[in-house]
Amino acid sequence: MTDGVDIQAGRLSRAVLAENFADVHVPLDEAGALAEANRCYFCYEAPCIAACPTGIDIPGFIRAIATANLTGAAMTILKENIMGGSCARVCPTEILCQGDCVRNGDGDRPLAIGLLQRHATDHLDRAAPHPFTRAPETGKSVAVVGAGPAGLACAHALARLGHGVTLFEGRAKPGGLNEYGIAAYKVPDDYAREETRFITAIGGIETRYGQALGRDISLARLRNEFDAVFLGLGQGGVRALEVPGAELAGVHNAVDYIAELRQAGDLAALPVGRRIVVIGGGNTAIDIAVQTKRLGADDVTIVYRRGPVQMGATRHEQEFAQTNGVRLKHWLRPVRLEGEGGVGRAVFQGVELGADGALVDTGGEQAIACDMVFKAVGQAFVPLADSGPDLAGGRITVDETGRTSLPDVWAGGDCVAGADLTVQAIQDGKTAAGAIAAYLTNLGS
Amino acid sequence: MADLRCDFAGIKSPNPFWLASAPPTDKAYNVERAFKAGWGGVVWKTLGEDPPIVNTTSRYGAATVNGQRMVGFTNIELITDRPLAVNLAEIKQVKRDWPDRAMLVSLMVPCEEAPWKKILGAVEDTGADGVELNFGCPHGMSERGMGSAVGQVPEYVEMVTRWCKAMTRMPVFVKLTPNVTNILAPARAAKAGGADAVSLINTVNSIISVDLDRMAPTPTVDGKGSHGGYCGPAVKPIALNLVAQIARDPECSGMAISGIGGIETWRDAAEFITLGSHNVQVCTGVMHYGFKIIDDMVDGLGNWMDGKGFGRISDFHGAAIPNFVDWQDLNINAELVARIDQDKCIKCGLCHIVCEDTAHQAISVTGTGLDRIFGTIDAECVGCNLCAHVCPVENCIEMVPVDNGKPYMNWSQDPRNPSVTAAE
Repeated sequence: MTDGVDIQAGRLSRAVLAENFADVHVPLDEAGALAEANRCYFCYEAPCIAACPTGIDIPGFIRAIATANLTGAAMTILKENIMGGSCARVCPTEILCQGDCVRNGDGDRPLAIGLLQRHATDHLDRAAPHPFTRAPETGKSVAVVGAGPAGLACAHALARLGHGVTLFEGRAKPGGLNEYGIAAYKVPDDYAREETRFITAIGGIETRYGQALGRDISLARLRNEFDAVFLGLGQGGVRALEVPGAELAGVHNAVDYIAELRQAGDLAALPVGRRIVVIGGGNTAIDIAVQTKRLGADDVTIVYRRGPVQMGATRHEQEFAQTNGVRLKHWLRPVRLEGEGGVGRAVFQGVELGADGALVDTGGEQAIACDMVFKAVGQAFVPLADSGPDLAGGRITVDETGRTSLPDVWAGGDCVAGADLTVQAIQDGKTAAGAIAAYLTNLGS
Repeated sequence: MADLRCDFAGIKSPNPFWLASAPPTDKAYNVERAFKAGWGGVVWKTLGEDPPIVNTTSRYGAATVNGQRMVGFTNIELITDRPLAVNLAEIKQVKRDWPDRAMLVSLMVPCEEAPWKKILGAVEDTGADGVELNFGCPHGMSERGMGSAVGQVPEYVEMVTRWCKAMTRMPVFVKLTPNVTNILAPARAAKAGGADAVSLINTVNSIISVDLDRMAPTPTVDGKGSHGGYCGPAVKPIALNLVAQIARDPECSGMAISGIGGIETWRDAAEFITLGSHNVQVCTGVMHYGFKIIDDMVDGLGNWMDGKGFGRISDFHGAAIPNFVDWQDLNINAELVARIDQDKCIKCGLCHIVCEDTAHQAISVTGTGLDRIFGTIDAECVGCNLCAHVCPVENCIEMVPVDNGKPYMNWSQDPRNPSVTAAE
């Protein structure tokens, strides 16, 4: 027996919604930033730098904040990571730079590197002339496919070196996950669009949005028309949840709903269930759970088939969900989704780790009543239809410079193996840009 | 509990903590608040001849170091800007109401006998316990031939001190300026003039900062700045040295010392006393935190003395003087080497980089990131302490004595000293 399905828009007033989806982090004020910056020990070959995929000189920019050289601080960040502003907002710093801050070891808390980075990058006047200048035009052209972090970083680095970049993006807007995938309260106020505008303002980057590879353009044509190609395609697909009832109304892909939410002009018009079940254990599971809670869902449960340690979401993210009133349940494997006219119950089977590390049923099912189920069991790269580069494990294989099996094609970001982090995607784009530039030089004129 | 009472140069106070002649002692209102809070005595802000001087705005500047405010402090204030009669009446009333507290009065008048005679008589009438001759202020008044302009000329110091000793029955303290090449010259002059005590240091000539927008030194008065008198925790090392120089000088023997300069805690006070101060005077500390800091100063000093088995201040007064020697008397055979406690090390690498860049390349690094290990290369380590000072973790780097079996030998005995060889 299921209750009547309760999915409706406008559970909360617009004022409360505006508050719920405003900036989740309180930025440092000048005095707070100064006090925090003065806590930095200015370590020799600081471990935090090594822990940053883009290798930002963290003690360097923090010292610049401490001396009131905010422009210098911002440039120190941006010269290694042109998206340092969004990374300051979305990076899981607790497992990156802040995780390796030596002050974890002296009985104190680590430096708030993310907040300091935001303080510095927010200081930069984005209306002022672009702080980076382009090298003279080389006459070389590169197609960058995908205007997410990898593509934007690659495009910017190539443009700086004087190459001509054409940036293709399948969606209507650039930004990738920063625009469509990250929780709204992490990058509010159109930050992704504003950052993209800043990045492309260097010049030499022609943008073609709404042009998807495989739909509107082909790799073969790009290879023919451009001197080199960079693929920052991301992961366009979602893993299927192979349980009976997955096709029921009210069962959604978390990423699709988040994209809809991110693009919604009016959050009060977005229907959301009263009781939500999220299946999965990554950051997407956290993001959908907290966002539905903040939309006004009454009862939100994340169900993960393993324990808190195995969750893809960081401990910080798990705690964030819990403090937002989301319930986390572990060691439950989805068995089926039930309901008439829409999902009404999600049924799980208790599991534990077997001797061989595989999950073993412990007997006993339990059902959680719900109005909506969100699948957040992972995304996947959608291979190219035409003769694309070699794949391994479902992703494009690349060498250490990001070069694919095709000599004039590089790739980076979530479509290649490695950590699925914005900051890693940016580094991939940066690394590939360096390699592409070297390749173009060797091409001759 | 240790007895903190103080009795030197003919003046008694319930504890050794006095407020120095400065804004906190400019009027009865402040001084009474200080006495209520527990301060053992005050030196009333410097009195001069009428008409009173006129001050500028602004008057103070401060040095902030890595977020720590007022590590150094400066002022361009002059002596009291209130009429002499008002000050004298308040001094008399406060001394009457607080007979157990020390009440000294700081004085500054031109270097002529008549004004000194006149003002000493007036102060004597208040019942004050003593006077402090302000030969120290380095700004403003010095341009008018007073303050440090006197303190920098030993002959004037001696002359005025002698006049004052002859003119009054009150104990005479002479406040010295640190803005001299050799502090012993004015100190000995004070002694020769008959001073009961010297008070030091007064403030140090300084420009504390430059306003880079107004292109002027701070504090800035209508776009211009003047040099000021520097004080606060940053000047304590200068003061300790000058106090100790006088304390160990045989010619100054018998003259008491009131220590001043960056004292904000009981520990600071204990250090001054071990180097020969009979008591201490405080100003910047209370101008930063208010009078309440006296609570921990009294309590902390007493607890420390109890822990050390010192029953009274005189039990440790000057205790460090025998160990304050000239460089040539240090044991050149003593050896230390740095030892890094690997359990405490947080891998910041500051010990390595400062030794590598600026010292003796004696700290090795192996590995990377948070897994790296720093170790001492004993053969290169000269025991300079730099690593231990930069290490942010307390007691992580210890300077350990090396048992090299060598006897005490100082530079005057060292065969490597060319003058020793020449004498042989």
